[in-house]
Amino acid sequence: MSNDIKIRKGLDIKLKGVAEKTISVAPRSKKFAIKPTDFHGVTPKMVLKEGASVKAGEVIFFSKYSDRVKFVSPVSGTLSEIRRGAKRRILEVVIDADAEDTFMEHGSRDISKMSGEEVKEHMLEGGCWPFIKQRPYDIIANPEEAPKAIFVSAMNTAPLSADVEFLLKDRLDDFKLGLEAISKLSSGKTHVSVAGGGSGLLDGISGVELHKVNGPHPAGNVGVQIHHVDPINFGERVWVVGPEDVAIIGAFFRTGKFQADRLLAVAGTEAPNAQYYKMRIGSNVLDLVGKIPSSVRIISGDVLTGDQLANNGFVGYYHNVLTLIPEGKDHRMFGWMPFMDNHIPSMSRTSLSWLFPNKRYKVNTNLNGEERALVVTGEMEKVMPMDIYPMQLLKECMASNIEKMENLGIYEVAPEDFALIDYTNTSKIEAQVIIREALDLMIKEVG
Amino acid sequence: MSFLRKKLDELRRPFDKGQKWEKFAPAFNAFDTFLFVPDHTTKKGAHIRDAVDLKRTMITVVLALLPALFFGIYNTGYQYFSQTGEAFTFMDAFLHGAWKIVPMIVVSYAVGLGIEFIFAIYRGHEVNEGYLVTGLLIPMIMPVDIPLWMVAVSVAFAVLIGKEAFGGTGMNILNPALMARAFAFFAYPTYMSGNKVWVSEASSVDAISGETILGSLAAGKEVTYNMWSMFAGSIPGSIGETSTLWIVVGALILIATGVGSWRIMIGGIVGAAVMGFLFNIWGANALMSFPWYQHLIVGGFAFGIVFMATDPVSAAQTFKGKWIYGVLIGVFSIMIRVFNPAYPEGVMLAILLMNVFAPTIDHYVIEANIKRRKKRLATVTAKSA
Repeated sequence: MSNDIKIRKGLDIKLKGVAEKTISVAPRSKKFAIKPTDFHGVTPKMVLKEGASVKAGEVIFFSKYSDRVKFVSPVSGTLSEIRRGAKRRILEVVIDADAEDTFMEHGSRDISKMSGEEVKEHMLEGGCWPFIKQRPYDIIANPEEAPKAIFVSAMNTAPLSADVEFLLKDRLDDFKLGLEAISKLSSGKTHVSVAGGGSGLLDGISGVELHKVNGPHPAGNVGVQIHHVDPINFGERVWVVGPEDVAIIGAFFRTGKFQADRLLAVAGTEAPNAQYYKMRIGSNVLDLVGKIPSSVRIISGDVLTGDQLANNGFVGYYHNVLTLIPEGKDHRMFGWMPFMDNHIPSMSRTSLSWLFPNKRYKVNTNLNGEERALVVTGEMEKVMPMDIYPMQLLKECMASNIEKMENLGIYEVAPEDFALIDYTNTSKIEAQVIIREALDLMIKEVG
Repeated sequence: MSFLRKKLDELRRPFDKGQKWEKFAPAFNAFDTFLFVPDHTTKKGAHIRDAVDLKRTMITVVLALLPALFFGIYNTGYQYFSQTGEAFTFMDAFLHGAWKIVPMIVVSYAVGLGIEFIFAIYRGHEVNEGYLVTGLLIPMIMPVDIPLWMVAVSVAFAVLIGKEAFGGTGMNILNPALMARAFAFFAYPTYMSGNKVWVSEASSVDAISGETILGSLAAGKEVTYNMWSMFAGSIPGSIGETSTLWIVVGALILIATGVGSWRIMIGGIVGAAVMGFLFNIWGANALMSFPWYQHLIVGGFAFGIVFMATDPVSAAQTFKGKWIYGVLIGVFSIMIRVFNPAYPEGVMLAILLMNVFAPTIDHYVIEANIKRRKKRLATVTAKSA
């Protein structure tokens, strides 16, 4: 079928510590937090002060430059602390949770009788808007703009990421409701992509364009799918929503409550119990997995794109996986020799690990080398399944050459699309950071 | 191992930040990271990284060079003894060659790495591994009797003007090893060409003729070597270039590990074969009618296309660009051989020429990508208008 997408370039990194498909209800955290740093580019304007009592779904801050975009509390309780960093930037808004939640009531709505504007207004009021992100730039969508299409990638290909079918199987009706709602936000099409080898859970979904996607990571990245279905041109906007977020939105329309429950895959070789947990957005890591030694890195998100967390940190707003892998703070004698240390996975054939494509590896956070000038060519292209020259684009990003960046396709990429380049490149450059900074420059200069 | 590690950590303390030898840290790090992969962990970006790094990549190229180097050492002795008519064993030949060539390698590494270290300390970055390859390539493309001081001067020129002047590793336009050879060639032509330099002691011992096959062809003489000698490499020439057999082994290592671009190699062979074939049809002189397949196995062509043209920094960077770049190197190599009687080898100049044009080739390849994107935008704007 023409709707199918076949990805050939890329790399599946097979790691040990896959989350087992059993669900435990996580003990309710005593503290929850919403972290403005999860919402790139948002400057929070606080509505509540420290010490204020708050209901689940009550607005705690809004975006300074787009005051319709509101951020709400995931639980009811007391706003106990606003943690600030350098230059008084707000890092975490911490809420001491009540034992039971009391919700802000927005009332149940029948989506089929609502106009697009009404759906949008209802979502903005209820605090569901932060789930809607936009491409280009990979930031929260601006409600004043009109997207040409909406994409939902109902598949994950990143290493140790959560299985989307498993996330959705018990909340399929909410997912369908959510799709109906977000479809109204755009006059264009709504696209849903599913893994080609999946169980067909989402096959019967109507009212959307369904794409079956086959191929290695980053096939599950929504940006790759957009590129193959309806690429973004200068000035265009595409909105993207995470699959579980769609279900949360659906539940919001059904019940009128902002009940942001997630399934979180706890994965990685150092995870005490590698399995799925039912938890609320903003849960505390310590309450979730207990005390973790400092020789372990806790990553909110997957190993390629996630954020490092402290043991008492809070799971990221959008994340469905918490990965725990060992830190790699040790030396390896003569480890630079070709064909040495084959226990470390490598895409390069200067290691023997490519001979065992199905072996699962235990990895750590060692850089396996030092940063160097860009010398090797042709390796980035192997993990970039888009009609884009990644190295040339990165170089123009480093040079902040806006016209060249536009020409080479900066609007079509997000940092996550360069995660595998971070991983594979010989010179150990931080491609995701370079792309993020370049996108920020574009927001400032072009908008 | 942990004892050595402790000792190193002790030794490195004065080089740490804020300590008295902080500035010289790159020099210490170069040795430290040679023994141990450092304990650096990821700070930003992806949390896990591939096992490959630049050291590993560069050492793979050095490994690929070794077969041709060892044969070159043996062949140096073999040429000397077989031409003087002395009886000799394999070991005699090898030792004679090693006696000549090891000092060249030592000088090349000492001078080149010395300059690299100074620049790393001066500019405050780590020592890049690229010179490990360049430093071995330079002796391998020199005639065996070149004085060591000329090697030193050529290396200094190549590293200073060819590389550091452009900003160091990764920024240079021309292949540094070929810069060294080109410099020596134009500065000291009597040591780099003619029929007296290609065999050990040829200039001092009358019995030895050090003429290369291409040299005799250019002079209009008959070639006395058979195909097997040309392929196996028991012929006079620069140290590393003579044995196509062992160069092919190196090429296979580069292709199998993915370190060298097979696109450039195949492109070059196709380009040279087609050009040689066309000249065969024309056949106006001895070099033109030299069979096209023999063009591929004599002179420096095989060595150049496998080890010099594939230098990722000075080659074209796009996949399409690599094909074009490789084919043109092949074409120009044979064309220069045939049309330039003063200098019967063309691969050095062909690669340097294409080094200069590689960014232009890439420019047009990338321009096609940009045009596709602009066309897409134009269709969208036209539709909405």
